[in-house]
Amino acid sequence: MGRLTWAAIPFDQPVVMIASGTVGFVIFCVLALVTVKGWWPYLWREWITSVDHKRIGVMYIALALLMLVRGFSDAMLMRSQLALAAGHAQGYLPPEHYDQIFSAHGTIMIFFVAMPFVIGLMNFVLPLQLGVRDVAFPVLNSVGFWLSAAGVLLVNVSLVVGEFARTGWLAYPPLSEVAYSPGVGVDYYLWSLQISGLGTLLSGINLTTTILKLRAPGMGYRQMPIFCWTALASNLLIVAAFPILTATFAMLLLDRYCGFHFFTNDFGGNPMMYINLIWCWGHPEVYILILPAFGVFSEVVATFSGKPLFGRRSMVMATMAICVLSFMVWLHHFFTMGAGADVNAIFGILSMVIAIPTGVKIFNWLFTMYGGRIRFTVPVYWTIGFMVTFAIGGMTGVLHAIPPADFVLHNSLFLVAHFHNVIIGGVVFGVMAGITYWFPKAFGFTLNERLGKAVFWCWFFGFYLAFMPLYVLGLMGATRRMQHYSNMHWQPLMLVALAGAILILLGIALTGVQLAVSIRRREQNRDVTGDPWNGRTLEWSTPSPPPAWNFSHLPPVGRTDAFWAMKQQRGTAQDPGIKRTYEAIHLPRNNPTGFFLAFCAVVLGFSLIWRIWWGAELGLLGAIVVGLMQAWRTNGEIEVPAEKVAAYERLHGLKESAV
Amino acid sequence: MHTASRDRMSPEVTRTPRGSARWLRAISMTGAALLMASCNEGVLDPHGPVGKAERVILYDSTAIMLAVVIPVIVLTLVFAWWFRARNSQARYRPDWEYSGRIEMIIWSIPALIILFLGGIAWTGSHDLDPPMPLAESTAPLDIEVISLDWRWLFIYPHEGIASLNRLVVPAGVPLRFRLTSTTVMNSFFVPQLGSQIYTMPNMVTRLNLEADQTGTFEGLSAQFSGDGFSDMRFELVSTETEAFKDWIKTTKTQGGVLDKNTFQELLTPAKAEGAQTYAQVSEGLFDWVSSRSMAAVAPQRGQ
Amino acid sequence: MSAAEQALARTEAVPLSLRGPAATRVVAGYGFWLFLLSDIIIFAALFAAYAVLSGETAGGPTGATLFDKTHVLIETACLLASSVTCGFGSLAVQSGSRNSTYFWMAITFILGVTFLSLELSEFSHMLEIGAGPSRSAFLSAFFTLVGTHGLHVTIGLCWLIVMLLQVATLGFQPMVSRRFFCFGLFWHALDIVWIGVFTIVYLGAHL
Repeated sequence: MGRLTWAAIPFDQPVVMIASGTVGFVIFCVLALVTVKGWWPYLWREWITSVDHKRIGVMYIALALLMLVRGFSDAMLMRSQLALAAGHAQGYLPPEHYDQIFSAHGTIMIFFVAMPFVIGLMNFVLPLQLGVRDVAFPVLNSVGFWLSAAGVLLVNVSLVVGEFARTGWLAYPPLSEVAYSPGVGVDYYLWSLQISGLGTLLSGINLTTTILKLRAPGMGYRQMPIFCWTALASNLLIVAAFPILTATFAMLLLDRYCGFHFFTNDFGGNPMMYINLIWCWGHPEVYILILPAFGVFSEVVATFSGKPLFGRRSMVMATMAICVLSFMVWLHHFFTMGAGADVNAIFGILSMVIAIPTGVKIFNWLFTMYGGRIRFTVPVYWTIGFMVTFAIGGMTGVLHAIPPADFVLHNSLFLVAHFHNVIIGGVVFGVMAGITYWFPKAFGFTLNERLGKAVFWCWFFGFYLAFMPLYVLGLMGATRRMQHYSNMHWQPLMLVALAGAILILLGIALTGVQLAVSIRRREQNRDVTGDPWNGRTLEWSTPSPPPAWNFSHLPPVGRTDAFWAMKQQRGTAQDPGIKRTYEAIHLPRNNPTGFFLAFCAVVLGFSLIWRIWWGAELGLLGAIVVGLMQAWRTNGEIEVPAEKVAAYERLHGLKESAV
Repeated sequence: MHTASRDRMSPEVTRTPRGSARWLRAISMTGAALLMASCNEGVLDPHGPVGKAERVILYDSTAIMLAVVIPVIVLTLVFAWWFRARNSQARYRPDWEYSGRIEMIIWSIPALIILFLGGIAWTGSHDLDPPMPLAESTAPLDIEVISLDWRWLFIYPHEGIASLNRLVVPAGVPLRFRLTSTTVMNSFFVPQLGSQIYTMPNMVTRLNLEADQTGTFEGLSAQFSGDGFSDMRFELVSTETEAFKDWIKTTKTQGGVLDKNTFQELLTPAKAEGAQTYAQVSEGLFDWVSSRSMAAVAPQRGQ
Repeated sequence: MSAAEQALARTEAVPLSLRGPAATRVVAGYGFWLFLLSDIIIFAALFAAYAVLSGETAGGPTGATLFDKTHVLIETACLLASSVTCGFGSLAVQSGSRNSTYFWMAITFILGVTFLSLELSEFSHMLEIGAGPSRSAFLSAFFTLVGTHGLHVTIGLCWLIVMLLQVATLGFQPMVSRRFFCFGLFWHALDIVWIGVFTIVYLGAHL
């Protein structure tokens, strides 16, 4: 069994054993419930083997919500440890444990919360907004999702079998080399991210192809919704940046497993090269996260102001400018590595230049509101919260972009506050807005408004309470990744930060409550028209939830905000009327390839981590067999007969709809 | 603070304008108090020319950006409030989506700010480049820094002594640092003196700082380096020139010898515990450490 | 008729971007192109690493002492020739001719295997004389860059076998000819990468 022994399970660490025991128990209860109720056939047919982008999108978001709980538990552990460990106190988490916690927190939040949230939203919305039936490669879509889930599983297994990396979320060498991290922690990190990274890359290829090659007739680039533009920019970045991550991690793996010398201290290795390569990926990564969030805000502001987005063309240009510029600024993550004044200054200036299109976007949202009739729904709360919060976060970012300022702020809690400011204020707020906005489309009923607003206020105030003290602490000289500190002045601020974290925890709990209450009260909140918000884009022209084929006829598109235009034309001379003839629709059949490939990936990954070579061969062989079976699958499509489509349309009779 | 509209679905969320003014005042006072608290230590309380120049940059840049950020935040709240659906006084312009004049303004404002800040970035990067010597007439004091697991070793090459975890320097004298690491990356940082710089194995980085007054300042590593990272702190003690010379004399009479053999003992991973000095340092020790991999001589870290 | 429907009726006058969802063949090819571009970025990162580490021989052998120009020339000739035969094979697939397909793709396969065995013999020789990847950073970068290309060639050859089996069992269905098209793209892209490797690694070492 390679290096795997019973000693890998930390029976002597009560915190870990209780945590994993609880999680294991919950998982067991859920599986038992599903079995007893006989839900397996339904789950297998409707979700696990589904290649429907709507189902896959929902599964991505469910995965992200689950991992939010895990990542946030890590955050609570860190905040409470720091609230206690002042002066001579050591807190309750020794460094060996604490170092794993902050590494897991960052890794999980970026790779297994933020990415799945954003990819899930894009998956669900894009084909509906583009007026087509599915993404370009539905089976690949399922493969991408399940590979991400495989990565999630591996990371979580590291909690109870072995350990996680103790290097921070980017695992810089030489610390992450075998000489200084001899355990399996860094291997868990590397393999789970390689597997889920492959899934993300496949998703990026899929969605880019969808946006560029699969749009309703008449929908050119000028008619495409703004969310599709930001999704395009984000997916182009995925295709261009994730391979760098794959290559860099491969090099580190070769160092660790085969004694290569890419980043070692001896035989000519160069750790600085890792830092350059990893940030060549890392900076586009944060734009991969934020651009779709910007897209959500654009859609939300326009819809709830009852006006088209202001300055659409400059929004698109700003988006693509950010896309390109994001590849030119990576060095600002290590000004203090000593690249010299010219290089530092150039990268600093380029980093600031990115603030220009970002600022333009904020002004465009502002002027979309101007002259509107704003309805204060929950998505609008998140949007306004974002505009206020992101302005502050962006400001501290530009501050960091000035090299001499960064020389005193680098790696401090000020930096930590900055990136949480933009990620929470930007990505999290955007995802929450998007989930609330598109939830009725996915499930046929709206989420509870009152609880939604409560969730917002918890996150909003919780964020400020948790992170404003960190700005101050950073200025006071506090650095990141400390397990304890000697300066007693810092403790009150740490306590305030803990209070903020508790408030956010309340917000997360209320999200669960909101979901439960909304499900229970779904009949009162049914979306019968398919258009609960008086929307402007094509997804609102379908019933809620849409049929598997999305559109019975592909909608002919004339201009931007296609659905708004259709609504204006109803009852006028331009109204094309309702088509009553239907054709048979071909849909991709359910496919277990994704699920089985991911299963093999877990076997392969776990075996490689523990050096169980026969297990690795088994996993690889399994993957090849699954792939070959898919290659010979010839019955990949089912046909929905025209009569069934017609019957569906009669039943969900959107009489006033033109499609 | 954003004031919620009287939403029929959530009547208890309403806040009166007067109530929010009270909130606003409370929050800004707390913020000001927090900021003032940070002014007494750390980065905003520098005791050297480098730190002082950097503080000026921090203040100036923040002020310039706040000149845009604050109006943007205010406008966001004002527009959201004024154009709420229930406000019949606000003019609804459902087709207004473009204005060339506004476009020009919203591209120029950020561009001008960035132009200005870019200038600061260019000149600041060059003036405060860590290897650049400080513009002082006094001759600099050379100090060689080696980051270990998890302690700091300071070698005074011309004085021939070394100190562990405690850096004694004369006030008003420019300090010329050469830095390296034995195992993993660290970052040498004394917040109250200014810039930090990474220390890396097989490489030499350079830094110039100065303490313009006497005092004791905290130093740390700002780049995570393993389990003993949180304790990897040191003291920078700035003294009068005479006191510094006395300290050198005293150190030369007590403490052991630091040569390649005794240096080996320092390579065993250990958390920082108190200061120690060496009366003698073999010549070229720093160059020896910085020019070869310590992987061959350093013991590996255990599980 | 609405403006969009009128536009649809005059398909030739309508720009490509407005014609609605593209055909499956176009979509498959486009997606595969994107995948190839991402693969090339992996190679770009490996090239960058090689460039940075090419001088780090740690007192060990350099490229100039290790690389045999004739050996590399033969490898290159095999690979480039295999691209030509792959092209003929693609024509055979398009015309639906089984025997032609088997013939040209078999030659492609043989040339590919020759390339691989030459490369493997070079690697094993280097390992024998102690110039393996753990000898120095330069050698790590060399083995990884050239080895990754070789791994891609290996995967391509396995894929080719699978494709020939698919022709034998399923005939020239649209699905099969789409996949052959993608295989062709892959094989030619590997050629392009090899030209980069040949130039930067082998020729570069002798400069």
